[in-house]
Amino acid sequence: MLGWRWLVVIVMGWVGTGLAWAAEPIVFGAVVSATGPAAFLGEPQKNTFLLLEEEINAAGGLDGRPITIVVYDDESDVNKCVLAVRRLLDQDKVVAIFGPSLSGNTLAVTKVAAAARVPLISMAAAEKIVRPVDPWVFNTPQLDRHAGITILQHAKAAGHKRLALLTVSDGYGQAGRQVLQELISAQGFSLVADEVYGPKDTDMTAQLTKIVGAGADALICWGTNPGPAVVARNRMQLGLSIPLYMSHGVASPKFIELAGPAAEGILLPAGRLVAVDQVPDGHPQKAVLQAYVAAYTKRFGMPPSSFGGYAHDAVRLVAAAVRKAGVAEPAAIRDALENLQNVAGVSGIYSYSADNHNGLDASAFLMVSIQGSTWKVLP
Amino acid sequence: MRRPFWLQVAVPIAVMGLLPLVFPGSYSLTVLILSVLHAMHAVGLCLLVGHAGQISLGHGGFYGLAAYTSAILSVRYALPVEVAMAGGVGLTVVVAALLGLPTLRLRGHALAMATLGLGIILNILFTEAVELTGGPSGFVGIPRLSFAGVVVDRDGAVYGLLVAVLGAMMALATNILNSRVGRALRTLHGSEAAAEAMGVDVAQAKRVVFVLSAGFSALAGVLYAHYLTFIAPSSFGFLFSVELIVMVVLGGMTSIPGAVAGAFLVTWLPEVLRAFENVESLLFGIILLGCIRFFPQGLAGAGASVGRWIGALLRCPRGEQDRG
Repeated sequence: MLGWRWLVVIVMGWVGTGLAWAAEPIVFGAVVSATGPAAFLGEPQKNTFLLLEEEINAAGGLDGRPITIVVYDDESDVNKCVLAVRRLLDQDKVVAIFGPSLSGNTLAVTKVAAAARVPLISMAAAEKIVRPVDPWVFNTPQLDRHAGITILQHAKAAGHKRLALLTVSDGYGQAGRQVLQELISAQGFSLVADEVYGPKDTDMTAQLTKIVGAGADALICWGTNPGPAVVARNRMQLGLSIPLYMSHGVASPKFIELAGPAAEGILLPAGRLVAVDQVPDGHPQKAVLQAYVAAYTKRFGMPPSSFGGYAHDAVRLVAAAVRKAGVAEPAAIRDALENLQNVAGVSGIYSYSADNHNGLDASAFLMVSIQGSTWKVLP
Repeated sequence: MRRPFWLQVAVPIAVMGLLPLVFPGSYSLTVLILSVLHAMHAVGLCLLVGHAGQISLGHGGFYGLAAYTSAILSVRYALPVEVAMAGGVGLTVVVAALLGLPTLRLRGHALAMATLGLGIILNILFTEAVELTGGPSGFVGIPRLSFAGVVVDRDGAVYGLLVAVLGAMMALATNILNSRVGRALRTLHGSEAAAEAMGVDVAQAKRVVFVLSAGFSALAGVLYAHYLTFIAPSSFGFLFSVELIVMVVLGGMTSIPGAVAGAFLVTWLPEVLRAFENVESLLFGIILLGCIRFFPQGLAGAGASVGRWIGALLRCPRGEQDRG
């Protein structure tokens, strides 16, 4: 009499799941670069989507419906990214898309999402993504402009006038270079040297020697690991005393590990995620930051990175938009996103509007200095 | 061996024309469009690698050079799309001819070395000339394909157009192989010394094929740029050039429909394997290894075996098939 028992089990299981999730799930899509050269961005983002999907469903879903986040890896490749977005729109019928991780890939798919009238919340920082504003395209990372403003405020207060730039010749470095060139001349500094290095270079002494020869008061280096660590070590080997500013691209423990003692005294703008315990208790981001760090560390056994934070904020903002709209339809989510005000996320406090699809300002950054192999928040 | 035209061109084109009906939807159509673009390179490289016995590791560079030239002409200089596309193909063909002129006089792997270098130099150019190319994060705002003011904006129409262009390329390549140049190529693939002794102008034959294959890649490049309306240097790198060679080898080196099938397989397989998260690269590798192990003659060889098998089943004498 095994047959009827099995039947009971199956029916009970079916009824059970039916009761738990009486409603159809809301399907979101995500495209991340989890493999390939940009895996350092995509891996923590993929983990974050997994984490938040579990968290939101455990808390009863959105408006009583469970959520599903379909995550595709674009392997850091433009064509694969376009295909992944088409697949999300065409086969998975998603109501919003998170990502891609890379600026170039994002620029390749903004038109695709806009044509399908589905909101796209990119996790890439290039200014071209949100300026000029495409009604269907948003992004969550802090802009290079905000980091540049934070650095220049500090430089101005410290009395530096003659600045030098050392940037990496990839998308990140050149976007930063363009913004800094503009800000430096607009704020009355003089740019005395503008050097570039390749992403795979292992020695920057030539550029540093040239910068010192130009008589710079301070140096701003813009790149992601490992280049800036080489710059830091070369600076120590040459015994240079001028202050070194780095970008938020190296605001991770990996940089301190790579640069070792040469990291001491380096200044950089960073999101509050690097120094959660130094964020004052009353700050609106404090609770969000603590919850994210605790949940991520518990689930994956390592602390989250700021790149994962971009994914966290994208999901939280869209969740807030769905709650506000009361319906999980692409157009309603888009309209609600555009009207979100003062939503505290991991990377900053977001206020989107019809002509601002980034939602952050320079207050998303703190100026930190590396002291004793850890981050020290400067007043 | 004379190649029956209907089998070499008409059947593959008919099959490609039917594919959107079998796989409907805009996602499948995008995969098909990319497959056809890759097949354009594969047809040219089949002539170059399979028949002239020369390896090029720079066709990704030619692809990019044409795409960027057309993008720059149409956006920065506001030229009509047709003119910009002609400019892109023209410049690429000239660059290929200039490179081929000295290197194809040499024996051995000179062309592989020269094209490897050119491909890398071109990629550095796309990345570093930020003012002109938009730099590493890519070139945005390229106008869509249009002819005489009529914009081809539906993906279905783009696919039809691309299949027609690919058909023309396959017909041209098949005719070349059935001509005097084709016979010369086969001779020099067998033995260069013997070919020279028979009076074949070896360097000239290689040059024609090299420039033609670069032209095919260039045409694919301009169509790609105006289809996607966005290009980035990472699409035209060294690895892409290698992937193109893989398509030809997988297709069976000497068969044009085989090369086209190879391009479709290499483009489509990773998309199908997406279902197997985490192990997809592993499966992709295993399938490619399996192809080489079990079909050393490539997909074309496998196709021929199946054809023979069906022929034997129908008791159809083998000789009649060949005459076609």
